[in-house]
Amino acid sequence: MTKYCLDLVLRRTSAPRPGYVLLQLANPSGALPPMQPGQFVEVRVDGSPGTFLRRPVSINLVDPAADELWLLVHVVGAGTRALAQLKEDALVNVVLPLGSGFTLPSGSSCPLLIGGGVGTAPLLFLGQELAGRGIRPTFLLGGRSAGDLLQLDHFRRFGEVFVTTEDGSAGERGFVTQHSLWQRASAFSSIYTCGPKPMMQAVARLAREHALPCEASLENMMACGLGACLCCVEDTTDGNVCVCKEGPVFNIEKLKW
Amino acid sequence: MDLSVSIGSLALKNPVMTASGTFGYGLEFADFVDLSRLGGIIVKGTTLEPRQGNPYPRMAETAQGMLNCVGLQNKGVDYFCEHIYPEVRNLGTAVLVNVSGNSPEKYAECARRIASLDDIPAIELNISCPNVRQGGMAFGVTCEGAASVVKAVRAVYPKTLIVKLSPNVTSIADIARAVEAEGADAVSLINTLMGMAIDAERRRPILSIGTGGLSGPAVKPVALRMVWQVFDAVKIPIVGLGGIMNATDAIEFMLAGATAVEIGTANFIDPAVTMKVIDGIGDYLLRHHIDSVRDLIGAAH
Repeated sequence: MTKYCLDLVLRRTSAPRPGYVLLQLANPSGALPPMQPGQFVEVRVDGSPGTFLRRPVSINLVDPAADELWLLVHVVGAGTRALAQLKEDALVNVVLPLGSGFTLPSGSSCPLLIGGGVGTAPLLFLGQELAGRGIRPTFLLGGRSAGDLLQLDHFRRFGEVFVTTEDGSAGERGFVTQHSLWQRASAFSSIYTCGPKPMMQAVARLAREHALPCEASLENMMACGLGACLCCVEDTTDGNVCVCKEGPVFNIEKLKW
Repeated sequence: MDLSVSIGSLALKNPVMTASGTFGYGLEFADFVDLSRLGGIIVKGTTLEPRQGNPYPRMAETAQGMLNCVGLQNKGVDYFCEHIYPEVRNLGTAVLVNVSGNSPEKYAECARRIASLDDIPAIELNISCPNVRQGGMAFGVTCEGAASVVKAVRAVYPKTLIVKLSPNVTSIADIARAVEAEGADAVSLINTLMGMAIDAERRRPILSIGTGGLSGPAVKPVALRMVWQVFDAVKIPIVGLGGIMNATDAIEFMLAGATAVEIGTANFIDPAVTMKVIDGIGDYLLRHHIDSVRDLIGAAH
């Protein structure tokens, strides 16, 4: 897919939960380029000497009606704080689309999409794409508490939603891997997961137990986003490969988990 | 207006090349850059045998820069010759290979195999990688070590030989003189400055091997000073690099004594930066009524 370096305009910025920011961006000079669920963008962050590199952010949604790119950002450091402080109408320089996305199922299938924290972000785009193909996915979304569960109303537009929280403030108490949904794991045809690495590794173990094909989206620290600097490598069955180029989505059979 | 420069027998259409390890094989940037407009592309560090490089994490962001400890991950010179070379030989720009190793013999054998590739007009000899235990920078920090590698490679490599110098030395001018004496056609400087980053919350180094090489605008004043010193020390051309982010930075390196420049870490911030640097150098020459970019070389001395 052709990649672009574009100045997008920030149409709307909002905080779906405290500590998170949703940026809704449009291309002022035409349509947005084609993008696939699981791909990511590299956002330029200007402002402080400490925010030198671009920030990789997964594609939360491409809203086809508004031709908007949604980026959901967890505010954790100086770079993401700068993104949270952007004002509407600001220009945001973005390199996109990067990496390879999720493998979409063909024909009838019952995919289970499992996300944790801000890792749920790319699963919304995936859910939209699946719904567009007549597939109704099941979402299993986890967070530390109710305040970490994001965009639940949006997820419900595309499929059935189950949630877990570690403190029990919403859904079932515990981790996504402990949810009662696993008792009927055989009803699902495949698993897609994105979230903290320990969560994805636990999901991968369960996927193997239930003999379900599984793809996981990694978020190793990166610099270039283009497969040039070799900083973001993951140790796979093919050796060290760039998460930014060969991933961020990997079949778990390729990972040494 | 004339943007062309020469490094030994290597003619470049303009002085702007890309630094090894920051631009892949060029193809990764083809959507952003007209590769044929570049003065040259220096592809990633290549060794005789394949190398897996260092474990993750390999990168840490710093103030106005970044640290890396990639450790020369590459699939080896034979893979380059068979699979990469056919893809890059006709890009319309000079494609140079950065060669590394852990003994003079291995450097030489790697260089010898690349010498057989018609469309690779030059190599950049990396005696300055700070991220490999054996070899790499070990050769680049003493005059004897640097000379031994250049001597071995010079004996088997007849085309343009550029030697990439380490800044992690007491006197870079002495090292430059030593490699010039062994027949290097040019020197490039600087490779990364050795540094480290620590995660205060976890109370551990961030990089997997503890230390890494610092690049980006943070190192530019150091690089500029070293180019200035080496210009006074040797007669061979200098390729300047270290934190170049725009045309003005590139021009400063030429004024300090560089015949050509390499753009490295800036490619990560703006994948099209090289085009802007080429255009900016042209604009500068027009504005100052200078006919040839060669008139900038060392002009600040």
